[in-house]
Amino acid sequence: MKKIITTLAALAVSTSAALAAGGDYEVTDYAFPFEGPFGTYDQNQLQRGLKVYTEICSACHGLKYVAFRTLASPAGPGFTDAQMKAYAEQYEVFDGSLNFGEGDFRTATATDNFPANNSVGAPDLSLMAKARAGFHGPYGLGTNQLFRGMGGPEYIASLLMGYTGEEMEQAGTVLYENTAFPGGWISMAPVIYGDDVVFDDGAPTDAESIAKDVSAFLMWTAEPKLAARKQTGLIAVIMLGLLAVLLYFTNKAIWAPVKAHARYGTHVDPAE
Amino acid sequence: MAGIPHDHYVPGSKAEKWVEKRIPVISLLYDTLMIPTPKNLNWMWIWGIILTFTLALQIVTGIVLVMHYVPHVDYAFASVEHIMRDVNGGHMIRYIHANGASLFFIAVYFHIFRNLYYGSYKAPREITWIIGILIYLLMMATAFTGYVLPWGQMSFWGATVITGLFGAIPFVGDAILTTLQGGPAVANDTLGRFFSLHYLMPFLIAGLTIVKIWAFHSTGNNNPTGVEVRRTSKEEAQRDTLPFWPYFVIKDLFALAVILLVFFAVVGFMPNYLGHPDNYIEANPLATPAHIVPEWYFLPFYAILRAFDGDVWLVIAVDFLTGGLVDAKFFGVIAMFAAIVVMALAPWLDTSSVRSGRYRPMFKWWFWLLVVDFFVLMWSGAMPAEGIYPYIALIGAVYWFAYFLVILPLLGVIEKPLARPATIEQAFAEDYGKGGGTGDGMRLPGERGATPAE
Amino acid sequence: MAHTEEQQGTRRDFLYYATAGTGLVVTGAAVWPLINQLNPSADVVALASIDVDVADVAEGSQLTVQWLGKPVFIRHRTAEEIEAARGVELSELPDPLAANDNLDGAAAGTDENRALDEEGRWLVMMGVCTHLGCVPLGDGAGDFGGWFCPCHGSHYDTAGRIRRGPAPTNLPVPVAAFTGETTITLG
Repeated sequence: MKKIITTLAALAVSTSAALAAGGDYEVTDYAFPFEGPFGTYDQNQLQRGLKVYTEICSACHGLKYVAFRTLASPAGPGFTDAQMKAYAEQYEVFDGSLNFGEGDFRTATATDNFPANNSVGAPDLSLMAKARAGFHGPYGLGTNQLFRGMGGPEYIASLLMGYTGEEMEQAGTVLYENTAFPGGWISMAPVIYGDDVVFDDGAPTDAESIAKDVSAFLMWTAEPKLAARKQTGLIAVIMLGLLAVLLYFTNKAIWAPVKAHARYGTHVDPAE
Repeated sequence: MAGIPHDHYVPGSKAEKWVEKRIPVISLLYDTLMIPTPKNLNWMWIWGIILTFTLALQIVTGIVLVMHYVPHVDYAFASVEHIMRDVNGGHMIRYIHANGASLFFIAVYFHIFRNLYYGSYKAPREITWIIGILIYLLMMATAFTGYVLPWGQMSFWGATVITGLFGAIPFVGDAILTTLQGGPAVANDTLGRFFSLHYLMPFLIAGLTIVKIWAFHSTGNNNPTGVEVRRTSKEEAQRDTLPFWPYFVIKDLFALAVILLVFFAVVGFMPNYLGHPDNYIEANPLATPAHIVPEWYFLPFYAILRAFDGDVWLVIAVDFLTGGLVDAKFFGVIAMFAAIVVMALAPWLDTSSVRSGRYRPMFKWWFWLLVVDFFVLMWSGAMPAEGIYPYIALIGAVYWFAYFLVILPLLGVIEKPLARPATIEQAFAEDYGKGGGTGDGMRLPGERGATPAE
Repeated sequence: MAHTEEQQGTRRDFLYYATAGTGLVVTGAAVWPLINQLNPSADVVALASIDVDVADVAEGSQLTVQWLGKPVFIRHRTAEEIEAARGVELSELPDPLAANDNLDGAAAGTDENRALDEEGRWLVMMGVCTHLGCVPLGDGAGDFGGWFCPCHGSHYDTAGRIRRGPAPTNLPVPVAAFTGETTITLG
């Protein structure tokens, strides 16, 4: 068993130097509007986040599980159909049915997904906010996640803000020091410096605001049904709560004669 | 049903007589539903119904998920995302199914420890107990194969590591491993067979559940006093018992509603709390996650697996004595399965003549230490195998075996049990009697005698 | 005394009915998602309405697109084709109805009632033979210069109307409209 783990660990080191090392790293507990039992996405923030993704992240990262049509979802960024379609037209997607089955690129439509982007080996961002946990422990007990959430978007924002400016070269790759990244050195260069984008709604464009906006957007791409899920959960809890209260009193009423019999010795026939 | 004397179903109408003459299904249902049940069952006797419900929940949601899932390495991950994003209500169904596995194991662990405390495994309920252990093993296999299906990183590497266990078997290990995986490594063929087995095993569990209900309806339920229902006459039996419907059905439904309330709060508000973030990354045979940790419900036995490494003198001795046949890796695998087998042997290892832990003053402390040990093992299984953690796991593993192999046999000899009530009727009356009911046995805080909602 | 007992009884009955009722509602609420998941998923629903760009479809050629799992013919008709289609008397048609989802079900099967635009340059219709569901051949096939179904020999004219053969009705025209200069939206 140990051998297997050692082998796997060695494999990890060789394939991804950055991933292999664990250790302490700092994730700031940023506040997001979708936190808590009643929190939902802020449409304006998602629209801003999409702009950050489009102008900065999309150069290297794809969003292959996200369909353009969902940008018009009222539970998401809530663009109009026309805005959404116009946005999709900026992209080219590969269509295997074109060119007599050889496949060719064409302008994207509403029903297409964002293209994958493997140009520099950067990971797809569709599920990144759920594929990372910002908070751990303490001591493997999981209470931090319980009270602060899984911390995926917090991790992304912290990562974007976590560059120290130090660089080093390793095996021909430049690595950048980052306080939020496990292992401390990441191959992604810093991308957010503040005022990198201009927001249509006039929201602040300092580095932290931009990092938070794009993190919120990526939480939406990872969990587009968050609001529906919380709503269903709330309805289920209320209905089951009512049912539990009624069953509690029904149970009490059914057992009352049995208990009275045990207490006072009055006769009770269970068949009645 | 054999055993406890009780009224039998008498077909009333003409139609009932017609059916009953051809297939006695109504009387079977009647006898099952109206089975005489000890009236002093407490709140630890709800888990059987919770487990049965959860099995049905998992089968129903599972069948729904299969309608949208694609068991192929190229499409599995994407098809799960399709369920999460596009299928109507698919995100809820999938989250219920994923968290349902956790509910299943929480319930089964409560159920197992309740049986261990109240001595429910003892004669004449050994077969019920062993069927239960078989169900538990099938649950583990089902949960494991199910976890592989989304084809995330943890799915893939979990499958690699766990199937790798079989490679530890001497001589035939590699051949078994290749057969299990359908090739030199976990790949598309592995996914296909895991999918098929994941669909099959719940129905085996359902079949065993029916056999188990048959078994314990023949012996009758155990109860918190461990005193058997009087069977000498129907009159006496009726004083010890109440029919399952409505007394225990309503009680169990109340418990089910409360537990589902908590369950839906988890599904609705923190559905990924019990999962691993790495499983939201598609499987990549070329990159391993930094920490491979099994799901929480496997952790205690995973800790036992890891506890016996090559530094333990026992392992070294066994390695030497078997001429290297049983090395540290194989020893760990044996230990993990043995930890479950010793549970199955509890009916014969426990020498005490007293069934319920309530009347066993020494036993109860060792029992609660076992419960603590279970959580310690669970926790150490989640920690990296370095520093002090392997030692903690080793101590925990040793106590696990010591409890079943040493403490249970010895206690029966040296322990002096407390006085037990003569009948269930008496125990129930003491709980609700004029004296306020301290009963004969010593009670731990929170351990109430009889049932209903106070 | 008896009166109080009766009252207690009524109250207990009410409690039992309320519990059973709530239980039924909760069970019903749990069953609905199991049925609803069978309905078309969001990606399928999104395909119920698609935009087709016809800028590259030259006069006298046709484009076949897949819509709702079936082929749709979009033909840019020539002046001769339009003329031929408009010269047909209603009495010559085996099926005198327009079969156009954009119009009333009783609309007559004139070419004006089937073409997408007033001039009749664009014809959009389902490419599924109304006989047994084969895909008819296009580009002037058949005795009437329109479409011809190779399976059982149904001839359609340049407006996609059945003229001879076993097919009972005209090729149906789906809900379609120009939503841009060169964009046709189906559905």
